[in-house]
Amino acid sequence: MSAIALAVKRVAVVGNPNAGKTTLFNSLTGSSQKVGNYPGVTVEQVVARKTLGAFQIDFVDVPGLYSLTPVSEDERVALNEIEGKLDGRVPDLLVCVVDASNLERNLFLFTQIAELGIPTLLVLTMVDRLRESGKSLDLAKFRDMVGCESVVVVAHKDLGLPELQDAIVRNLESGRVPSIELGVSPVVEGHSLALRERLARLGFDYEASTVRNLVQNPSEEFRQITQDFPELAEDYDRAVQAAKDFGRTEVDIPTRYAWTSLVERTVISSTGDQQRKLSPADKIDRFLTHRFFGLVFFVAVMYLTFQSIYTFAGPLMDLIESGFSKVQNWVSPMLEGNPVMQSLVVDGVIAGIGGILVFLPQIVILFFFISVLEGTGYLARAAFLMDRLLGWCGLNGRAFIPLLSSFACAIPGIMAARVMPDPKSRLATILVAPLMSCSARLPVYLLLIGAFIQPTYGAFWSGFALFAMHLLGLVVAIPIVFILNRRMLKGSRLPFMLELPPYQWPRWKDVALAMYLRGKVFVTTAGTTILVMSVIIWAAGYFPQMGAADRERTTAALKQAQPGIEDKEVENRLAQKQLEQSVLGRFGKAVEPVFAPAGFDWRISTAILSAFPARETVVPSLGIIFSLGGDEEEKLADTLKQAKWPDGRPLFTLTTSISLMVFFALCAQCLSTLATVKRETNSTKWAVFMFVYMTVLAYVCAVLVYQGGRLLGAA
Amino acid sequence: MVELGTLEKGATATIVKIENESAEAKRLQEMGLLPGTGFKVVKVAPLGDPIELELRGYRLCLRRKETEGFLVEVNP
Repeated sequence: MSAIALAVKRVAVVGNPNAGKTTLFNSLTGSSQKVGNYPGVTVEQVVARKTLGAFQIDFVDVPGLYSLTPVSEDERVALNEIEGKLDGRVPDLLVCVVDASNLERNLFLFTQIAELGIPTLLVLTMVDRLRESGKSLDLAKFRDMVGCESVVVVAHKDLGLPELQDAIVRNLESGRVPSIELGVSPVVEGHSLALRERLARLGFDYEASTVRNLVQNPSEEFRQITQDFPELAEDYDRAVQAAKDFGRTEVDIPTRYAWTSLVERTVISSTGDQQRKLSPADKIDRFLTHRFFGLVFFVAVMYLTFQSIYTFAGPLMDLIESGFSKVQNWVSPMLEGNPVMQSLVVDGVIAGIGGILVFLPQIVILFFFISVLEGTGYLARAAFLMDRLLGWCGLNGRAFIPLLSSFACAIPGIMAARVMPDPKSRLATILVAPLMSCSARLPVYLLLIGAFIQPTYGAFWSGFALFAMHLLGLVVAIPIVFILNRRMLKGSRLPFMLELPPYQWPRWKDVALAMYLRGKVFVTTAGTTILVMSVIIWAAGYFPQMGAADRERTTAALKQAQPGIEDKEVENRLAQKQLEQSVLGRFGKAVEPVFAPAGFDWRISTAILSAFPARETVVPSLGIIFSLGGDEEEKLADTLKQAKWPDGRPLFTLTTSISLMVFFALCAQCLSTLATVKRETNSTKWAVFMFVYMTVLAYVCAVLVYQGGRLLGAA
Repeated sequence: MVELGTLEKGATATIVKIENESAEAKRLQEMGLLPGTGFKVVKVAPLGDPIELELRGYRLCLRRKETEGFLVEVNP
C-alpha cells in the first residue's frame, strides 16, 4: 500500500465545453493550479497537485472537447494528453464531466472515451437544471448503461464533492474501464440484411440476429456451406469484411448517437410539470438578442466595462507608479558610491519591475469583467450579436472583447483572446490587437495635437485628429486579418459554434480565481522577459558613460556661453549630451537616414528607439533629447515648435507631426505586449512576426504621410 | 429540399442529406446534425447571422454558410 501511495497518480478531467468542467476543476483543486503551456501550441495546460486519501494526485484540466476526432492542432494536443502521448504518462483515471441537461450530445464524447481503455469515472453536472425543466434522471439505470461509476455533482453549490473525492480514491485503487454496448453499425446491419435476403432466396430461413452474429463472428463451418453458392459466398465475405473494417476504424457517428439517444430516452423521464412555453432565459433573450435593444444593451455593457477599467485602474496605476518612484528615491542614496550600480538598480531594475506591475490593475479588472460576463452567460450572447460584424473579415464574434480591451491596453486584450476556442481566429485576433490605439499612445497624440493642430486649426480638427488616430488601427487591422487568414495561418479551422448557456449569477470563487491566476501568469512569465529587455535598453542609454572630464568641459563651456545659466539647465544639457553619445543616441544618429523619408531627424529617431520598450516613455525621452529634462511636458510643446533642421527649416510641421503620430499608432513599441504575445501563443516566432510587421507598417505609413504631405505642399 | 442556411426564424425542418465531406461538416455531424435529425431555428442574430438551432434537446448557434451542404426538408 505504501509503495502505491508514494507514486503520484494522474487524473485527467475531460468533457464538453460548457459542461461545467472548469467549475468542477476549480472546486476540486482551488488555487493550487499551475498554468503552463503545452509544448509548441497555444493551448494552456492547467495542472494541480492535491492529496486525496492515500494518493498524491496531479489533476489535469484537459481543454474542452466535443469529440476525440481532432480537427485542429489544439484538439490533437488535448487528445494526446488524454492518451498519454505527450510525456508517456497515460492518466490513471479519466473524470468525464457530462451535462445531465444535455445528455444526448454530451454522451457522444463519452462513447469515444469509453473506447480508450482507461478507467473512467463519470460526473453528472447540471442535475439541478434538469430538475428545473421538470425532468428527472434514474441514476441506477444510467450507471448500468454507461458501465462505470457515476457521481452527481452540483459544483456551484459544492454538492456531491465529498462523494466525488471518495469515488476518485476508490477508482484509483481499482478503476473500471467503461463498457458500453453501442448498436450495430448501419453499414454492418445493411450487409447482414442483404445476406439474410440472399439466404431466404436460396431457401434458408435464418433469424436476423443469427445472421448478424455470423457476420460479426465469422464461422468457418458456415463458410463451408456458402462455398456451394458463389453469390452467397461473395455476400458473406463482403459482410465480414465490412464488420472487420468497422471494428478497425472508428464507430460511425450515427451509431454513437443512436446509443446516446437510447440512454437519454431510458434514464430521463418527465415528472409532469414541464414544458412552460418560454424558459426564463428565452424571456431575457427576447430582449438581450433583440434587433435594437440587444445592440443598445451590448454597447451599454461594453461602455460600462471599459469606463470602469479607466476609472478603477487609473488611480491604482498612479499608486503603483508613485510607489515605485518612492522606492527609487529611497534606494538611490544607498548606492551613491557606485553610479553604475545605482543607475542599473534605480533606472533599470526598479523601473522595469514598476513597468510590469503597472499593467496589473488593468489585467485584473478586465478579467473580473470577463469572468462575470462569462459566468452570467452574457459573453456568449455578445459573441452571438457581434459575429456578423467581425466575421466578414475573418475574425469571429468572440473577438470583440480582446479588440475592445486593446483600446485600453493590448496586454489584457491579448490575454482576453483566450475566450476564443478556435486557435486560428484567436491567433489572428492576438496579432491585430496591438493595432488598436491603447491609452499609452494618448500622451503622444495630445502632445503633438496640442502643439501643431490646435493652435492653427482649432478644437474641432483637434478632436477629429484624435478620433482619426484611434480609428486608424482599426481600419488597418481589417486588411491585415484578411492577409493573415488567406496566407499565413494554416491548418483546419473549426466551424464557429456557440452555445448560449442559461443566465445565472457568476460563481464568485471562479471570478476571484481567474483574476488571481491571470495576474500571476502575467507577472511570472511575461514579467521576466520585460525585465530583461528593460535592463538591456537601460544599458544602451547608459553606456558608454561620459567621463568626468567631459562633463566638466561641457559644464564650463555652457557657463561661459551663458554666464547666468541655472544648475538645473546644466543638468538637463548634460543628460542630453549623455544620451546623444550613448549607444542608443549613436544608433539614433546612424539610423537618421532611414527615418529621414518620414521626416524624423536623429533626435526624433533616438526618442523613437528609446520608446521601443514602452511607447509612453517617448514624451520624457523627447524632453531629455531636447534638453528640457524628463518632466517638463508643458514646455516641451513650445520647444518642439522651435526645433530646426541643421539648415534652418523647422523640424516639426503639420506633416511631420501627423507622420510621427501615425508611426506611433501603428508601431509595436511595447515590450510587454511582445512578451505577452510570446507567452500566449507559446512562440517566439509570432512575437517576432508581430514586431516586424507592425514596425514595417508604421514606417511605410509614416513615409507615405510625410512624402504625401510634401507633394501637397504642406511640408 | 433546401440548404439549412436559408431557413428563417421559427422554421422546423429535418436534415435529409449531407453533401459536404470537409472536417468542419464532420464536426457538425458530431454535434448531432445527422440525416434524420429534426430541429427548429429558434433565434437569428440581429445582423442576420448566426442562427440558433434547437436539436436533440439542446441549442447550438452556427453560421449560415458553415452549414453548406446540409440539405433539409422543411416541415409544413
